Amino acid sequence: MEENKKLIKVPTMAEMAANGQEPEVLFWVGCAGSFDDRYKRVTRAFVQILEHVGVKYAVLGTEESCTGDPAKRAGNEFLFQMQALTNIEVLNGYNIKKIVTACPHCFNTIKNEYPDLGGNYEVIHHSTFLQQLINEGKVHVQGGEAFKGKRITYHDSCYLGRANDIYEAPRDVLAALDADLVEMKRSRANGLCCGAGGAQMFKEAEPGRKEINIERTEEALATLGAEGVIATACPFCMVMMNDGVKNKEQEQNVKVFDIAELIAQAEGLTK
Amino acid sequence: MIGISNIIFLIVAAIGIGLFVWQIRKIRKNIQLGRDLVLEDNPSERINKTLLVAFGQQKMFKRMLPAVLHLFVYVGFLVINIEVLEILIDGIFGTHRVLGFMGPFYDGLMAVNEILAALVIVACAIFLWRRNVSRVPRLATGVEMRAWPKMDANVILITEIVLMFALFAFNIADLKLAELKGHELAGAFPVSSMFVNAFGADAGTLATIANVGWWIHIIGILAFMNYLPSSKHFHIIMAFPNVYFSKLVPKGKMTTNPAITHEIKAMLDPSYQPPAPEVDAEGNPVVQRFGAKDVEDLTWKQLMDGYTCTECGRCTSVCPANLTGKLLSPRKIVMDTRDRMEEKGEHPAIFRPNHYKEMGVERVETTDEKTLLRGYITPEELWACTTCNACVESCPVNIDQLSTIMDLRRYLVLEESAAPASLNAMFTNIENNGAPWAFPASDRFNWADELYLPSKN
Repeated sequence: MEENKKLIKVPTMAEMAANGQEPEVLFWVGCAGSFDDRYKRVTRAFVQILEHVGVKYAVLGTEESCTGDPAKRAGNEFLFQMQALTNIEVLNGYNIKKIVTACPHCFNTIKNEYPDLGGNYEVIHHSTFLQQLINEGKVHVQGGEAFKGKRITYHDSCYLGRANDIYEAPRDVLAALDADLVEMKRSRANGLCCGAGGAQMFKEAEPGRKEINIERTEEALATLGAEGVIATACPFCMVMMNDGVKNKEQEQNVKVFDIAELIAQAEGLTK
Repeated sequence: MIGISNIIFLIVAAIGIGLFVWQIRKIRKNIQLGRDLVLEDNPSERINKTLLVAFGQQKMFKRMLPAVLHLFVYVGFLVINIEVLEILIDGIFGTHRVLGFMGPFYDGLMAVNEILAALVIVACAIFLWRRNVSRVPRLATGVEMRAWPKMDANVILITEIVLMFALFAFNIADLKLAELKGHELAGAFPVSSMFVNAFGADAGTLATIANVGWWIHIIGILAFMNYLPSSKHFHIIMAFPNVYFSKLVPKGKMTTNPAITHEIKAMLDPSYQPPAPEVDAEGNPVVQRFGAKDVEDLTWKQLMDGYTCTECGRCTSVCPANLTGKLLSPRKIVMDTRDRMEEKGEHPAIFRPNHYKEMGVERVETTDEKTLLRGYITPEELWACTTCNACVESCPVNIDQLSTIMDLRRYLVLEESAAPASLNAMFTNIENNGAPWAFPASDRFNWADELYLPSKN
């Protein structure tokens, strides 16, 4: 199979700048996309899509650093601003105008909170970006795995949904798969959090009856029935839903995928 | 004809209105305890929002049954107030149904009033049922739903029913009196005409009933008005300004503290000149706390939230932390803010009834500190929040529970370094490696290794 695939050399901003080039869009990978083993697969799937459609993109590589979102949500405004001001210096230094990211937390922070600190960019989440690619006919969702008839339920990320009113883009992306999309009872503006936001990802939950991700996973499993896919669009949601599915011992029947992975699979990019 | 009863009425009305103004001024003073905040941008967007969310009850319609019932009471309140205006004029000048000259319009108004009044009675009866018999969880449970908030809701509902019955008593007696005298009463009365013989046919008795009904209605309204500032029912006034001043930016955007920005910029660049610190009236620099420990550290809008809360519990009923048994209840955060405001500032309430804390605390272990943080709201509650904005989304009067939770968290971290150990570890990771996990920054780009794309041929 070696001869049927080509090695992707992911371009960095440093290289582009050295060659006097500017990308159409900067792909902000985020910490989970860079370090979390499961989410690295999402990053890779998204890059495969970018390469496949021929978008002129670049990443910051090792120059990227945490946006400061978990620090800010945990109350550490000082650390947040340290991170933000440092990142803004890097981004402005490269004259970045447009940013795409697969992480709703990075998306929200750069889009909504960086402008107050001097960072003004057009920021889009990968769900919107993928929706645009599909609408423009650049992604046909054929040639790969077929999803026809498969049950998929989309779990809304709080920082995409309520925080930024993005409910339809990820659903439109999934609709392109021609799968059997089913909605959980609590969805869109009424969606239930996975339990990881507000820096909960990095601490134990407070004492209670139940973990939030278990509550949400139970709802997803009840919606899907015997088997299916929980689609997410956020690295933290993915961790929480995966843990929930494992806790319920359903990992054989129910898989958790990011919408970018599903598109890459349907497009035949992950073979 | 102006007689002794008109003079009594004038005195009663003047006392009622005066007392109300006195209470409003106290509440205003309490809200002004908060930090300054300018919210005058985009007036047209704010007006639109007020029309939709406050006047139009848009967010109520997420739950159909209470929305429809509440709409009856709300529209009833608005329309019946036109009749109250007439009652006031009649009371002052000794006239009788002074708006009757409007003919068919008056007929329609009275007919609508009567139907609405009947619907208000039905709605309030169902509300009483939901609170006391079927015990809808969000209305009947929660550590913050102590004796006073529960009684308050019942007081309001029963008062509304009594007021509507007084209105009917007045109309029925008035109608029968007109019939006995053989002349036509201005207005149409679809409900009262069905019960026109309810009080018999003795002119003297009927006159007394009409009179008593009239007085109960008007005194009831004045008393009700003065009860409002002590009650969750104050939302009928505060909902409008609170929605007008609510957040227009995306819910995910949290505030940025410029004082911190100046500090960091000065750290990163020694030549940076931060602006001169604010000074108070005596020229001393104002030392600003980072985050909020007590009510004066919150903005006036966050304090206004406290007086707008109708204790409906929609926020708590959708809170993921609360749903899974954690201590956090967004409704409690808002009610605590109001209670602490009244403890620290004025007691606008005649009975100071909002204060429920003395009644004993079940699970929330507060300290004796006289501050909002710890004295009312514990770190355990604050750390349970996932910042998911479900509470903010659910609130029919656009309260921003999350902003208060965040400001209290900020105080814990920035002023007390009192974050949970695991969060401190996360902070250290970000400081050292630029990621919340302990991975070396040099590994950040390793994900791109050996990545392939299937070739197209």
